[in-house]
Amino acid sequence: MAKITKEEVEHVADLARLKFSEEEKEMFTEQMGKIITYAERLNDLNTEDVEPTTHVMNVHNVLRADEERPSVSREEALKNAPASKDGQVEVPSVLD
Amino acid sequence: MSFMEESISSLHEKIKNKEVKVSEITESAYQRIQEVDDSINAFLTLDESNAMSKASELDEKVAENGDQPLFGIPAGIKDNIMTAGLKTTCASQLLDDFDPIHNATVMERLNEQNIITVGKLNMDEFAMGSSNENSGYHVTKNPWNTDYVPGGSSGGSAAAVAAGQVPFTLGSDTGGSIRQPASFCGVVGLKPTYGRVSRYGLVAFASSLDQIGPITRTVEDNAYVLQQIAGHDDRDSTSVDVSVPNYLSAMEGNINGLRIAVPKEFLEEGVDAGVKEQIQTAIKTLEGLGAEVNEVSLPNSQYAVAAYYILASSEASANLARFDGIRYGVRKDGDDLIDVYKNTRSEGFGEEVKRRIMLGTFALSTGYYDAYYKKAQKVRTLIREDFNQVLHSYDVILGPTAPTTAFKIGDNINDPLTMYTNDILTIPVNLAGNPALSVPCGFSNGLPVGMQLIGKPFEERILYRVAHAYEQATEHTKERPAL
Repeated sequence: MAKITKEEVEHVADLARLKFSEEEKEMFTEQMGKIITYAERLNDLNTEDVEPTTHVMNVHNVLRADEERPSVSREEALKNAPASKDGQVEVPSVLD
Repeated sequence: MSFMEESISSLHEKIKNKEVKVSEITESAYQRIQEVDDSINAFLTLDESNAMSKASELDEKVAENGDQPLFGIPAGIKDNIMTAGLKTTCASQLLDDFDPIHNATVMERLNEQNIITVGKLNMDEFAMGSSNENSGYHVTKNPWNTDYVPGGSSGGSAAAVAAGQVPFTLGSDTGGSIRQPASFCGVVGLKPTYGRVSRYGLVAFASSLDQIGPITRTVEDNAYVLQQIAGHDDRDSTSVDVSVPNYLSAMEGNINGLRIAVPKEFLEEGVDAGVKEQIQTAIKTLEGLGAEVNEVSLPNSQYAVAAYYILASSEASANLARFDGIRYGVRKDGDDLIDVYKNTRSEGFGEEVKRRIMLGTFALSTGYYDAYYKKAQKVRTLIREDFNQVLHSYDVILGPTAPTTAFKIGDNINDPLTMYTNDILTIPVNLAGNPALSVPCGFSNGLPVGMQLIGKPFEERILYRVAHAYEQATEHTKERPAL
């Protein structure tokens, strides 16, 4: 069994911007341990000289011409924002 | 008889020859939805008034555009594909009120073809799941037996077609999300080659694996839809600039002398006896049609589920970082900005989505990246090489789509790992990037079994040719659930 501790779950949750109850933390500690243990079967394979796959098709450096083109209007950009003010997205203050 | 029992080509002929109006066909779709959607819950959102007015408009344009093969054909769209002006939730409470300002490229193309979008279909939240039980709204049921799951994540898309609500739907497939529900619901589902169909406007789950594809009742119908959605798109840099062949011509060829490989790993332990039996019968049918069938090995496919859950979850953890309640989504207040993010995400996402984000964040975090993420990427290379090697000597790889038929609602929901391993036969194909099709091949205990055909990249035509020949030689795609 891979050792995933509750502290690690708390740390990862913070990185992922998630909050959990004590009960959920225990559940994730157990389940992630099981899944990670399952994933460790990958270590049965020798991959020393194997190149990692980042992309399956042979497509590289896809570029387009640097030309001006229409973008989204301010109104559309804000349409789905939960809070907006003066044509901008409104968020809680970041600085005191 | 409902128009919804007819093939796309039959509806097309009738529309073109003005034997039937688009508005009558559209009405027929909504009538069928009204009759059966209470039992199966395939749809999340219906767009009846817009669809009916579009249908009336099209009735005036038959002379002008009636030659378009999908003109006036009703369709349902998985709710992770952006439809401008029609709510797109990904079956997540976090996106409960999300009203897209863009159409996905596939929707632009289908709208140019003048299809009728009747509504948006249920799915596992953000396409994460194999049963539709992870929807943030309701559980879609299998039309063949409503105590059973329709599969997932495109469960609504498969169930709607099986139930005769619409002739075709779009789904998306990251680890089997088109093929497994197609198998569970007894319909035809294609995951195109990675890069064949633009992902622009598909809400990203795992960008190196996701593909949009059609779900239909027949093989020919499937080719009709792929024909319109395939092709390069400037807005998706991973879409590949390879010309789009005529997929319908694939219906004409026979399969005499075609070389079919059956990986022994695809019929090993864990595959139900009833599923195996149907696949073996299908192999005999194909041999009877002149195909040469041989056993092969894909030795690394047993590692695919492990590699997939590392890679797909890692990509998901990055892709879903954007859902923080700032620019879109249902925001939950908090003490400060970080707290707003945390509350929004913790209350908005369901448990499975959080589990995958956690797993992916863990795999990408300092100290674990090489051990898990990079290792999984290397194993992905080995899995791709297995497929390349077999397809060097064979035209098609064949096996079951899923190791079992549909399972009962509630049976696997508390055991994530068992749920994940249900995708053991579909996941390797996403990792390799090849195209694969699920076609109905009979029943086991009253539930449909799907046969999976896997081809070389951009060779969807061979899959259609084999599936069509098989379909013509059997009656399986003519079977309908009693609803």
